[in-house]
Amino acid sequence: MSSATTAKAEAAASASRRNGSGDSQDYEPNMVLATRHFDVVGTRPVRHDGTDKVTGRAIYGADLTLPDSLHGAVLRSPHAHARIRSIDTSKAEAMDGVHAVVTADDLPPAEDKQVDVGEGMTRLAYVHGNILANGKVLYQGHAIVAVAARNAHIAQEAARAIEVDYELLPSSMTAPEAMAPEAEVLHEDLFTKEFGEETARPSNIAEHFRWTLGDVGDGFGRSSVVAERTFDTATVHQGYIEPHNVTALWNHDGRLHIWCSTQGAFVVRDVTAKVLEIPVSNIKVTPLEIGGGFGGKIPVYLEPVAALLSRKTGRPVKMVMTREDVFIGTGPTAGSHVRVKVGASADGQLQALEASLAYEAGAYPGSYVAPGGMCIFAPYDCANVSVDCYDVVVNKPSCAAYRAPGAPQAAFAAEQVIDEVAERLGIDPVEFRLQNCSKEGTRRVDGPKFRRIGCEEVLRAVQDHPHWSAPLGGQNRGRGVAVGFWFNVGLESSCTLNVNTDGTVHLVEGSTDIGGTRTSIAMQAAEVLGISAEEILPEVVDTDSVGFTSVTGGSRTTFATGWAAHDAAQKIVAEMRSRAGKLWGVGPEAVEHEKGVYSCNGKSIGFRELAAKASRTGGPVSATATVKPRGVGGSFSADIVDVEVDLETGKVDILRFTAVQDVGKAVHPSYVEGQMQGGSVQGIGWALNEEYFMGDDGTMRNSSLLDYRMPTVLDLPMIDTCIVEVANPGHPFGVRGVGEANIIPPPAAIANAIRRAAGVRLQRLPMSPPAVWAAVDKARGMAA
Amino acid sequence: MHWIDYLRPRTLDECLDAFAEHGEAARALAGGTDLLVQMREGRRSNAVVIDVKAVEECNQLSYDDSEGLTLGAAVPCYRIYGDEAVRRHYPGLIDSVSMIGGTQIQGRASVGGNLCNASPSADAVPALIALRATCLIASSEGWRNVPVEDFCTGPGQTVLRPSEVLLALLLPPPEPGSGACYLRFIPRNEMDIAVAGAGVSVRLSGGRFADARVALAAVAPTPLLVREAGEVLKGRPVDRNALGLAGEAARAAARPISDMRGTAEYRSNLCAVLTRRALETAVQRAGGDLG
Repeated sequence: MSSATTAKAEAAASASRRNGSGDSQDYEPNMVLATRHFDVVGTRPVRHDGTDKVTGRAIYGADLTLPDSLHGAVLRSPHAHARIRSIDTSKAEAMDGVHAVVTADDLPPAEDKQVDVGEGMTRLAYVHGNILANGKVLYQGHAIVAVAARNAHIAQEAARAIEVDYELLPSSMTAPEAMAPEAEVLHEDLFTKEFGEETARPSNIAEHFRWTLGDVGDGFGRSSVVAERTFDTATVHQGYIEPHNVTALWNHDGRLHIWCSTQGAFVVRDVTAKVLEIPVSNIKVTPLEIGGGFGGKIPVYLEPVAALLSRKTGRPVKMVMTREDVFIGTGPTAGSHVRVKVGASADGQLQALEASLAYEAGAYPGSYVAPGGMCIFAPYDCANVSVDCYDVVVNKPSCAAYRAPGAPQAAFAAEQVIDEVAERLGIDPVEFRLQNCSKEGTRRVDGPKFRRIGCEEVLRAVQDHPHWSAPLGGQNRGRGVAVGFWFNVGLESSCTLNVNTDGTVHLVEGSTDIGGTRTSIAMQAAEVLGISAEEILPEVVDTDSVGFTSVTGGSRTTFATGWAAHDAAQKIVAEMRSRAGKLWGVGPEAVEHEKGVYSCNGKSIGFRELAAKASRTGGPVSATATVKPRGVGGSFSADIVDVEVDLETGKVDILRFTAVQDVGKAVHPSYVEGQMQGGSVQGIGWALNEEYFMGDDGTMRNSSLLDYRMPTVLDLPMIDTCIVEVANPGHPFGVRGVGEANIIPPPAAIANAIRRAAGVRLQRLPMSPPAVWAAVDKARGMAA
Repeated sequence: MHWIDYLRPRTLDECLDAFAEHGEAARALAGGTDLLVQMREGRRSNAVVIDVKAVEECNQLSYDDSEGLTLGAAVPCYRIYGDEAVRRHYPGLIDSVSMIGGTQIQGRASVGGNLCNASPSADAVPALIALRATCLIASSEGWRNVPVEDFCTGPGQTVLRPSEVLLALLLPPPEPGSGACYLRFIPRNEMDIAVAGAGVSVRLSGGRFADARVALAAVAPTPLLVREAGEVLKGRPVDRNALGLAGEAARAAARPISDMRGTAEYRSNLCAVLTRRALETAVQRAGGDLG
């Protein structure tokens, strides 16, 4: 354990197993309490945006129509892979009510440079190519032409009147297909980067790299049980309920104003600036409320297009995608092909772990195979590990991030083979994982050593949970368990606090509020200031009105923007000590602050009273803080799931589901539980029914919410949550982040449960009724 | 822009005149839960929409012990499952109308619309076939009556002529010792389209099947009446063996395709499973005992 010299480290160091703290928190932490007492952090105030959300007054992008607006529509490719011979827009342009048409020719040529697209870098040319197809279409749904018209109906009719002459090309829909030597190459200028070096031949394999620890050959040699299997997962979509939308106004003074639904207003600003070759200072992005993102609202699709249409027409242009547009035109997550080999000695010690992951990036490189490779064995401390990763382009929409991007596919494979090895060794699956689990100091295959982490505590919580030992009852039932890891990220955040003379504080921030972060950020400022969460009034503002703030993603917002709020609040406290000192004729160092009360020599004044005297003590009180935190704390999550399998139909019912996650510190436990439940439900959908069902021609056959089957409320039990708090020593309140790790274990846990319920191991997602029935039928045939 | 004429006749005569005048350009609108979606998605573009909801004959819902049930073509599902007489006499119909769409959809969707949409996977149709329902069809030329199993001629295709409209479905009164059931399989538990469905009815007498009908959804271009499955049951003792034989007859009669909702092989399997399971419930409802 690390030296406990600071309060932060102490919180971590004393985070040993114990239930309940006796503190005044209004919830019972399930496990391993972060031991510091807080007044606001850890309580459940009503969210600041609650009234607007429940009354329907919150303004989303589709609600906004500026005076004089035109409406846009996009013509998308009907083909998975084709060369564009010609585009004839004349009929569309001649239609009454049509004001402008744009194609890739209206975009400035892409310079050969890298661009930051929110959570990583990519080639600007790829961003360009995805916004409007240039020369080739690379997937069904690829945007080709956009139209602005008097209303949306005319725009859609005009888009249909555009004639595109295609030369059809063979398409590759999966990584193994696209990697085959005879596969049609998507990009003539894409050369495989092999172990960091560029090779000479164009290929669909954008990159191949490998991480190793020790010697897996040795490890397998020492193993008494070795299991190896190959797994595939289908492409799935994030499934946010609100389609992408934008309104853009390119003003006559050259300033561009964009209103949209995004996880990162500054990403929209910066990417749009690069694509259109205009200074970032010429663009203002106003983020409207967001109806879900899950990583899929980080990429820029419509914004530059609407901007170009607005520049051509001099009027605001509004564009709203249909659900079909969202499915075929926006980022799904990678389908995958993963081989995993695990070896362990008879005493249950892991000796070697080996994996090869090939992920479908979609039309442009960037499949999130790297985080998949980093996470695949992260829960395990093993001396011999080897992981190969392949980033492969295929004729599907370009991948976007999706909640712990890359990790669920990896865990679906690894956690099944781990389970199989435990089963063959006759060791309890949780006990086996505990025996081998990562701890502080364990080295991950990609290099870093873990700092204080809660893998063991999460697994102990599973073991101690009443669900784990409850009787299953009934026929054809099974219980499964799996664990997953996600890094979380820090990136950059800004926050400004303005103290009002009535004692309230306006909090200005730039993080899109997806999961209740206005409140979780405000609570951290309130904690420092010693006032209530309700006395902080948080607002998410446009890019002109707050310092740079990275995307809401990587489970970073409560962690990093909360940290900026914490730091700004510290500055306010310092200023308030100085103001109190002025009242009493002493220096700030003589004034003490505790829980919102400033005192010196027996005199004291509360925050509210002191705020009222701002004008007399030197004027407005305001502070800004910016952060780029390094102390990111990774999060482990595990699930216990009970299923019942109808052997005659292959239908899997989820009977009971418990999600366990180390969140560091639950700032607002209700929203933490909500994140854990939401991630679990998305994982269940991924596990059981969700998939892009592709026809032989490479087109998606189920691009509606009727046939793309996300779970409904009737398909789910109540998701039970178990919050584990192993404080992150790298954050003032011990926060790790909660948004992502929870989606990683569900598919694997359900697969392990199906194995026990029906005796079959499913090696492909989704584990839909036909797939489960076929596996059961095949096993019976073999048994007969 | 594409414009649509919307007509809302108040009487049957007005309604029949409207269909006579507009013929193939017209499409009847009841709840609109299929039609409006299809028009919005560009799958259907009728120049004239004739709303039949104000026509009294399309809104009848009446039961009579000797005549049976008259079910107006535009009567929404919620009225059907809210009707005491229908609940008592036609539980097999209740099965299907309470699973079409979700609660909100059931406030508008009608059995007549479900039939006229002629989807192979329509949930109400196998139940109607099993219950020996017939279609009352009218035009300004006159009336005719068609058994439900003969109404659909292909996906989206029916026997309706351009000037005709479906007014009502007529269900004979249930005979003593009879029971019916509709079961479908969907991967989720609601808001889904049948991968396969089975509507069955039985009449039991002296521990044997006196009569039986089995109809399937989503395994052929139209809802399918499987006469062989009924025949195999007739005269047999009421036991699980008989149900299994009927299930196998259903499996043999199915002509499914493979698509995003399931493979042909899987659907054939479902026909056997669903037929057997639906028959179990129908037998129970008929007061029978499978032991």
